[in-house]
Amino acid sequence: MSEIESSPDGAKGAVNRRRILWAAGLGAGLAGVGAGRVRAAEPDPNIVPVPEWSKTLGAGVNANPYGKPSPFEKDVVRREVTWLTASSESSVSFTPLYALDGPITPNGLCFVRHHGGEAVIPPDKYRLMIHGMVDKPLVFTLEDVKRMPGRVNRAYFLECAANSGMEWRGAQLNGCQFTHGMIHNVYYTGVPLRSFLEAAGVKPKGKWVLAEGADAAGMTRSIPLEKAMDDCLVAFGMNGEALRPEQGYPVRLVVPGWEGNMWVKWLRRIKVGDEPWGQREETSKYTDLLANGEARRHTFVMDAKSVVTNPSPQAPLLHKGPNVLSGIAWSGRGTIKRVDVSLDGGRNWTTARIEGPATPMAMTRFYLDFDWNGQELMVQSRAMDDTGYVQPTKAALRKIRGVNSIYHNNGIQTWLVRGNGETENVEVG
Amino acid sequence: MSKSAEALFLALALAATAPVMAGAAWAASDAPKVATAPQAAPAQPPASLPVPKVTELGRPALKEEIAAWNIDVRPDGEGLPEGHGSVSDGEQLFLDNCATCHGEFGEGAGRWPVLAGGRGTLKSERPEKTIGSYWPYASTVFDYVHRAMPFGNAQSLTPDQTYAIVAYLLNLNDIVPADFVLSRENFPKVALPNNPNFFDDDRTTSEKEFWNANPCMKDCSGPMKVTARAAILDVTPDEGKDAPKGNLE
Repeated sequence: MSEIESSPDGAKGAVNRRRILWAAGLGAGLAGVGAGRVRAAEPDPNIVPVPEWSKTLGAGVNANPYGKPSPFEKDVVRREVTWLTASSESSVSFTPLYALDGPITPNGLCFVRHHGGEAVIPPDKYRLMIHGMVDKPLVFTLEDVKRMPGRVNRAYFLECAANSGMEWRGAQLNGCQFTHGMIHNVYYTGVPLRSFLEAAGVKPKGKWVLAEGADAAGMTRSIPLEKAMDDCLVAFGMNGEALRPEQGYPVRLVVPGWEGNMWVKWLRRIKVGDEPWGQREETSKYTDLLANGEARRHTFVMDAKSVVTNPSPQAPLLHKGPNVLSGIAWSGRGTIKRVDVSLDGGRNWTTARIEGPATPMAMTRFYLDFDWNGQELMVQSRAMDDTGYVQPTKAALRKIRGVNSIYHNNGIQTWLVRGNGETENVEVG
Repeated sequence: MSKSAEALFLALALAATAPVMAGAAWAASDAPKVATAPQAAPAQPPASLPVPKVTELGRPALKEEIAAWNIDVRPDGEGLPEGHGSVSDGEQLFLDNCATCHGEFGEGAGRWPVLAGGRGTLKSERPEKTIGSYWPYASTVFDYVHRAMPFGNAQSLTPDQTYAIVAYLLNLNDIVPADFVLSRENFPKVALPNNPNFFDDDRTTSEKEFWNANPCMKDCSGPMKVTARAAILDVTPDEGKDAPKGNLE
């Protein structure tokens, strides 16, 4: 429904002067650490006396039949930017990247983008139809989908094409949750879309498929048949359990490496045709307006991108001395091969340590262990994939595309870390 | 643990110890058809997924079922239903069903989408992407209005009502005259002015410079300075006292 864009002129007045509240805790002061270890003068009250929880019984095994995060992690939640859109049924919530680690996003924290609210589909009433330019139009139940041969498990990132879309004209939002939080990375369980297309028998003239959702937006996207037959999945599981309702329960489409809007949730229909359908989401939206007034269409692939999640405005530096810089990188064109980190705004770079799996079109975690002496930092990360693509600077991107694109902003992000550890979204030049 | 639960536990444990026997029995009689697949998962998933063949699943879709869901309309007019609607009928329908969000003249209310005007703004600082200024196909308006509008009451408009609303929107955008009647027959002749300004993704050529396997690592520029700050705009959502404070000592 509504477009992700820069803040309206009115937004500034509406929110007044806000402080960067995530950094408020810094008032307690940075823990300065010189060379060597600190000596304790008194016994630590968390050690002497023995804590209460070591003496009394805790809750039973099934106090939470579906487990919840620790109450101490209650602030690690998805968040909205309410001025972005007109209604919450057609809006977006953002993944709290600053509080996550590893390559996999927990199901309950995966960002949500709806265009007509969350459809509720009882599993026994779910139907998937394959028709159009096929020999045999077919209908599948959910049980059929789960009985299909060739089930696979694959980790893929899903990034909204509008991720970082509010930053085209300049630094705007203070927090990687908001600048980069329209992404998640989960393990999908599903069946290749190709299995369904082959069961129906695609006619030789078929060149495109239309994927349609069963929600009130009737979300539709045209996908080239070549991609549909290659690696797309009809998925019913994420991270080992059923899809979450907000992620398309019971079935969504997985379109690896391509913009999130194409990963149709509540998938109800696949139609084969010989041309794209020119649907709303692939014409009036999700096309990239350039400075000269022309627009790129069918910009499906998400280019290589990365962001440092710690430190970041919601996760300031709290200690001098040893620190772990952490971030994520991904590419819709292939596998992340290398991530470089700069602490001086892109003047000098150090190659970070990639840790954990680095597989095609999946999020990859990187670290840089460093010592901080309290100097001001301009933190950046730069991803490279196995096609040789190098994440560009924002300046290089704007030079080619202008600032009206909204979509596909994969420019290098800069965080300014001040002497007190407080961290801010800035641009450098 | 109850007696029956204990018994079930035991049965499962026993079953787990007898896989060889079960396997032998299957091999001897009519074994289930098994799709041949690689023995171990590859370290990297293959680009194209192998699809084993087994007995067919699913059932033929009935004509009535396809008709019920097959609502998409293409730029060449394929998928348009029989029907027609006038600009004047569309005006009344628009006022009744659409104007609350989109404004009486498609100018948009609040943050809801603007549908008319905006011509000549695409190169400006704040482009207004409307049906007349940006959208390449009139079919998209028909398709979308029918499938998803009015917001919260999707697929409630009849074909004639949809034709009328689309006719009114085209008239608001100076594409058809006030006495125009839109129909399946004349629909493919309606051309939107910005259509020629779309082109297919060309990033692999127009952005070839981003494929640079050996980016600069040392002294890549002079000292860098902050040129813009998010705090100046300060539109980040307010989290108040619930904001995470980190692991302060």
